[in-house]
This record gives sequence, C-alpha cells and structure tokens, in this order.
Amino acid sequence: MTRREFSARFFRDPGAIFAALLLLTLVMLAVLAPFIAPQNPYDPMQIDIMNSELPPYWEPGGEEQFVFGTDAQGRGVLSTVMYGMGISLMIGVGAVMVQAFLGITFGLLAGYYGGWIDSFLMRLADIQLSLSTLMVAIIALAIFQAAFGPGTYESLALYMLILVIGIAEWPQYARTVRANVLVEKKKEYVDAARLTGMPARRIMLRHILPNTMTPLLVISTIQVANAIVSEAALSFLGLGMPVNRPSLGSLIRSGFEFIFSGQWWITTIPAIVLVLLILSINLLGDWLRDTLNPKLYKGH
Amino acid sequence: MHLLAFLIRRLFQAIIVMLVISIIGFSIQSNLGDPLRELVGQSVSEAEREVLRDQMGLNDPFFTQFARFIGNAVQGDLGTSYFFKKPALEVILDKFPATFELVLAATIMIFTLSVPAGIYAALHPKSWGARLIMSASIVGISVPVFLTAIFLIAIFSVNLGWLPSFGRGDTVEMPWGWETGFLSLDGLSHLILPAISLASIMLPLFIRLIRAEMMETMRTEYVRFAWAKGLHSKRVWLTHAFRNTLLPVITVGGVQIGTLIAYTILTETVFQWPGMGFLFLEAINRVDTPLIIAYIIIVGLIFVVVNTIVDLIYTLVNPMMKLPGAAA
Repeated sequence: MTRREFSARFFRDPGAIFAALLLLTLVMLAVLAPFIAPQNPYDPMQIDIMNSELPPYWEPGGEEQFVFGTDAQGRGVLSTVMYGMGISLMIGVGAVMVQAFLGITFGLLAGYYGGWIDSFLMRLADIQLSLSTLMVAIIALAIFQAAFGPGTYESLALYMLILVIGIAEWPQYARTVRANVLVEKKKEYVDAARLTGMPARRIMLRHILPNTMTPLLVISTIQVANAIVSEAALSFLGLGMPVNRPSLGSLIRSGFEFIFSGQWWITTIPAIVLVLLILSINLLGDWLRDTLNPKLYKGH
Repeated sequence: MHLLAFLIRRLFQAIIVMLVISIIGFSIQSNLGDPLRELVGQSVSEAEREVLRDQMGLNDPFFTQFARFIGNAVQGDLGTSYFFKKPALEVILDKFPATFELVLAATIMIFTLSVPAGIYAALHPKSWGARLIMSASIVGISVPVFLTAIFLIAIFSVNLGWLPSFGRGDTVEMPWGWETGFLSLDGLSHLILPAISLASIMLPLFIRLIRAEMMETMRTEYVRFAWAKGLHSKRVWLTHAFRNTLLPVITVGGVQIGTLIAYTILTETVFQWPGMGFLFLEAINRVDTPLIIAYIIIVGLIFVVVNTIVDLIYTLVNPMMKLPGAAA
C-alpha cells in the first residue's frame, strides 16, 4: 500500500480521525504539561494544603483556579493528571522499546538460525506467556520493593516499571518477527545477499527486518496501550509510581478511598483520562490492523 | 501410546517450571529479611545468634540449604508466616475458597455471556446488535479491571446503596471445612460486584475470539457441505460450526487462567475480598517472606495443573488432534 492510499483511507474513516485527534490532544497535553499546566504539582511552593479537596469549578464550592478540583494534598487535579499522563506515556513507550529490542533480537535469531536456538527461545516464550505478564510483573516488583525497601524503591520505580513490563512482554514481538523471518528467509533477495558474503547480522538487520515493519507497527500500538494498562494496574496496587511523582494509576489509587466520602473527582478524572488514552490507542491499533493487514480479517 | 508420551513430557515440563519457581522462591527466602531476627528479635547477643544460625542451618552451604528447602516444600512445609505465626501453606489454603469462588463465578459469567454474544455477532456481522457488541467490547477492553471495580462501587454501593462494596459477607461452612459464600443470600450479594469486575476484562476478549473463530469455521468446506445436505440452520451453526470454534477457545482460555489469577489480586484489593490475592498484597507490604513464597509456589502449581488439564480437554474434544508435545 502506498502512502497516498494509506492517508486516503485514513481521511475517509471518521472513527480513525476521531481516535487520532483524541490521542494527539492527550499526548500534547502531557508533553506540554510543564508549559501549559496551571500548576506544577512537583513544586511544594505552588501547593497549598488549604486548597485540599476542592470540588470542580462547576460544583458549589469550586474555584475557577482549579477546573477539575483538587486532591487531598491541595494539588490541582488537572495539573496532576497532565503530568501523570506524561509519566504513564513515558513508561508505556519506554517499556515497548525494551520489548521491541529484546523481541526483535530474539525473533531474528530464532527465525534466521532455527535449530536449538529457535526451539529454546520459543519454548521460553511459551512458558513466559502462560505465566501472564501482570503476574510476572507483580511478583518481580513485589520482590524488588521488599529487597530495596520502600524509600529506595520509589526513586527507582520508573526504571523498574519500564524494565519489568518490557521484559515480561518480549514474546509478543519475538513470535511476530520470527514468523515473518521464516517467510522472508526463503525469498531470493536474502539468498542474493548471502551469496555476496554479507555477514548474517547485516542480512538480518538491513534486509529482513525492514520487511517485517508493518506487523511490528500494528502490534506496537496495541502493546503501548497494554503497557500503560499494566503500569496503571501496578501503580494502583502500590507497586508502581509513588504518590509524590504519580502516574495515572497512582492518582487513581490515592483518590480511591475518597469515592466513599463523596469526593469523586479525585479518582474519576484520572480514570476517565486513562480510559480515553487507552481507548484512542486501541481504536487506532484496530484500524491499523484492518488497514495494513487485511488478511487477518477475512470476514469484512 | 501418544497419550503416555504426552503425559510424560507434560510432567517433565511441569517439574522444570516448578523447579524454576522454587529457585525463585528460595532466592527470595535467602535474600529477603532475616529469619533469625523475625524469630528472636534484637535482644540476643552476637555469640548466641551465631549458635542459633548454626542450629537453624543458615550457615550451611548453598546446595544443602536449597535441598532442604525443596525437601520441606515437597512435604508441604513452606515455612511459618511471620505475621500470622502459622504455617504459610495453611494461611494460604484458608483463603483459597474465597478466590476459587470468585474465579468460578466470573468464569460462569464469561462463558454464559460470551458464547451467545460471540455466535450472534458472527452470524449477523452487519446487524446493529453485532455492531453494538463489537463497539462495547473495544470499550470493555480499554477499561482496566480496577477501574470497572471502582465504577461499580461508586454506582451500586455509594450512590444507589444496592450492593455491598467490600468483604465476603456471611459464609456457610461445608462439611469438609470449606467456607462457601454461594449458599447465603448475603454471600451472593457480596459476590456480584467482584465477579462482574473480574469477568469484565475477559468477556470482550472471548466475544471477539468466538466471533472471529466462528466466522472462520462458517467458511470451511464441511460447513458448506452441511448446508448442501440441507441440514437445519441451527444444527449447522451449533453442531458443525460452533463445536469447532470451541477448540481455540479452550486453548486461549487455558492461557488466560494465568491472567485471571493476576486480576484476582486487583479485584480482591479493590473489594477487600479475603482471598489469596489480597493476602499476597498484604504479605508484600509486611515483608512476610514465607507467605510471599507460599503464594508464588501455589499459584505456579495452579498454572501448571490448569495448563495440563486444558491440553487434555483439548485432545478429548478433538480426538483427531495430535497431542502437543507427542513426537510423531
């Protein structure tokens, strides 16, 4: 499919345009948070505990300064959500980069060399998938937290989350890459490259890998959404980002107890933003899969 | 012959997985926390400590300690919980019925809803109903399980006050010591929201899977042949098409059991459901090492057993299928 066909299809699909605009808006809000957020929630000078638990401005008692109200520490919910979404996106994208790096490397090796490397890596992938990402991540982070102690863990949480979610999901990439390598390997251009005496590494990276990019793009979108969900779940359990540097998951966690006393906005606003973020990525991912890889959906 | 080879291979694989899990468990035990301090506190002199360490075998070589750990584990001794002062295995198994009943209720919901919805969406893909089901399912996939749980609590417990938001309610003790919440109205009312939350995450996945597989089988030769024979459409849909849809559903179901157990930790935390997942999270916060290890080993065991059973069912449903792992 040419680039022109691709964009023509995109602009004919209102669902795809809506999802892309929504995602773009959310990402811009997160990226530009330091410049456009009304408050810096990490700066203690800008937070006043006297402002705590204010409702959104359209409710009685709300203040215009805090459009979506404030949380228990007096931080504006709009600001914490914008910054928190940035952290969620950073972890999501970071974890997917780790997954892609490990998965592509192992997938290329397994597919290109075959034999025992292939059976070993794919067996490992099967076992890891059957243990479930979230379970592996919960156990790994629980152990790290207990080993480092809560204080040290908090400063490392960002990197731990990226690593753990990254390592737990590499099989998704490895399987896709391997399946594509097996198809590409038989084609003539690979034989030709091999005959020129090119090293295997170069054949894999320069010749085979570029031809597996379409399926990788499709799974990457879904994987970012999954990584963001995993991060939110882990932070909600208290195994992820700490309260003073919250992701969307930790914001939902810290607001959860307040729904019983009527302060619904502390947890509902970050929850809605999280759902919109995941939904927009999933919708785009579905659209990409239908558009780029129509063989998957014979039914339409 | 195939079945025997399959069983042996499966057993071998199960042992390897359990061995890896117990190595993880053992390394947690030897690196996390100090069992001696948990036992005697700070008030004992260094010389006495050293004697005690010797007696407890903490100075033994690595392999002796590991062998002892495995030996004890095989006999069901996974250490004593620091917090409960009871054998860790006993503490975990006390909580097993709560988690099991939650998973069972969720599984029943998933099955009874996803099968008709999936079949309907496959048979009438262009209808409004099918479009509604498919759109709802992508929204469902995008709402994390703990958010579904929080929203359910906010609506049905806080605003409407219809259903309780935490705990298991009244339980009835069965003759074999199993505390069940199925037999009392209070227990059932406590079960509704957690079970819906847990089911909500898998339901869209299974609807989409059943729909996709059903559409696939509807195009196969034997379904066309069944139509050509002039069979009644219900018979073609159910006996010919749907039965062959079940196979991938069972396989995916087996893989998803792991995810389902992981999600019980989230669901139980939100609803303070007194099950194994909630216990595990408390154990992490208290650094109750023996309990953490016991949970990991029990969950590992459940994975291995369930996956083997699923593979067996798979072959029973489809006797034509060669068993995975059995050499040709």
